[in-house]
Amino acid sequence: MEFAQLLFYFFSGLIVISALVVLFTPNVLYAAFSLIFTFLGVAAVYVLAGADFIAITQIIVYVGGILVLMVFGLMLTNKIDGRAVVTRNHNVFFGVIAGALMLLVLLLSISTVNFMGLDWVQSALHGGEVVRLSTIQAIGILMMSRYILPFELAGILLLIALIGSAFIAKQQAD
Amino acid sequence: MTTFIFFLPFLLIYVVFAIYGERKIAAFIQDRLGPVEVGKFGLLQTVADLLKLLQKEDIVPAAADRKLFLVAPIIIFVSVFAGFAVLPLTSSYSGSAAEVGVFYLLAIVSMDVIGILMAGWGSNSKYSLYGALRSVAQIISYEIPLGLSVLCVVMISQTLNLQEISFQQGIWFNDPEGFAGERNYLFGLKALGVDVTEIGGVFTWNVFRMPFLFIAYLIFFISSLAECNRAPFDLPEAESELVAGFHTEYSGFRWAMIMLSEYAMMLLVAFLGSILFLGSWNTPLPNIGPVELATWTSGTPGTVAGNLWGAFWLISKALLIVVVQMWVRWTYPRLRVDQLMSLCWKYLTPAAMLLILLCGVWRLWMI
Repeated sequence: MEFAQLLFYFFSGLIVISALVVLFTPNVLYAAFSLIFTFLGVAAVYVLAGADFIAITQIIVYVGGILVLMVFGLMLTNKIDGRAVVTRNHNVFFGVIAGALMLLVLLLSISTVNFMGLDWVQSALHGGEVVRLSTIQAIGILMMSRYILPFELAGILLLIALIGSAFIAKQQAD
Repeated sequence: MTTFIFFLPFLLIYVVFAIYGERKIAAFIQDRLGPVEVGKFGLLQTVADLLKLLQKEDIVPAAADRKLFLVAPIIIFVSVFAGFAVLPLTSSYSGSAAEVGVFYLLAIVSMDVIGILMAGWGSNSKYSLYGALRSVAQIISYEIPLGLSVLCVVMISQTLNLQEISFQQGIWFNDPEGFAGERNYLFGLKALGVDVTEIGGVFTWNVFRMPFLFIAYLIFFISSLAECNRAPFDLPEAESELVAGFHTEYSGFRWAMIMLSEYAMMLLVAFLGSILFLGSWNTPLPNIGPVELATWTSGTPGTVAGNLWGAFWLISKALLIVVVQMWVRWTYPRLRVDQLMSLCWKYLTPAAMLLILLCGVWRLWMI
């Protein structure tokens, strides 16, 4: 087995185990901290797939941003309130059914997909170069040419969210 | 591998003498003597302190969350140390040559927030919790002006790779592959027609290639102080209010590790600042006609002299910045929380945004 393959299995294992901890621990804070390892594992898998830019964005957005905010909120509610935040299970019956159906759909669709028909799989099988050294340049050029409209729209959406959150915060301060 | 072979031992030695230096500088500013007893001029004072620290009991408070409490210092140190992986040290000793260099650095360093949160929450003490809350609020806020000032440099140099940014700032600009025809002009302006590629020295540093980057560097420096929780931004560990902030409950080796990360973070941002703005491993001395100071004080990339000069210049610049950080700490009083936030959001962030606009325009003039 190649070293990269070994790394892949290591990080996949990390993702699965930490995701299971998220599911089964009653302590919400442990779940949040365990989610860090899930996100880092996913970032590592991105790196192994040659998507360096996505990997770092994953860390910045999810670990550095969303997760810190989550833990921050939990800490404020948990310790200052004096009540422990504990997860409970609701709607177990329908939850299990929905999960099983989702698994069935995924398994069925994965088993019917013809992966061998994909261009990049064929080129990889014939020794072609699939993974480029870096994806930044390609992403940058595509963002500024072909996908400029979605890119700008996302920017405007974020700006609206920023103004909205500032407005809500200001109202509560009055 | 450079990170483990060079930066880990260097970091440990640096921290021992940086703490000694900090105490001596503090003493000098406050007209005291500082440590004088252990070794010549008290040089071994920190070594003695460290030996004492290592022998201390590793106390975990009874009410603390044991797992989080024990893991937190490791996470803080690892996330700061991981940042060193992409730093180039000399022209041929470049660390991880990841194309995403700076971006990775900013991402991985923001992870130490999680360690701080773990430490503050896990300690189960109100001082630790408030220290952690303040620290995280501060670090997250100051990441924005920090990131924007880094973005200014990235816009000027058109790359995220720290080694490429380094090569652009000196007389070896044309050395790496794909840069054969590139030239550096005075202030980056091609219209002035003064080619400074062969002159090198300070004239090719980023603060000189785009003069407004000097203001960007000031923003970078101020926000990096806040990122390290250093005075005047040391509210998270304000000793008069919070005992010691998020690491109040730590003792012995784990406390030493948190201290080590704080000094490592100072060194990391000092390295990053000198790489991005102050010419990286390039010499500050320019070639003046036949007096080729730049060529004499920087060996050809790949040679032993090139490595030694490069490491010498980069490390000297970084250590000098660390000294300035200490000087600032003992000069300015601590900010209040509201002053801290208004400085970040009302002054530094808008200024950094304006600089980004200027950098974009300047970049057009550079072509």
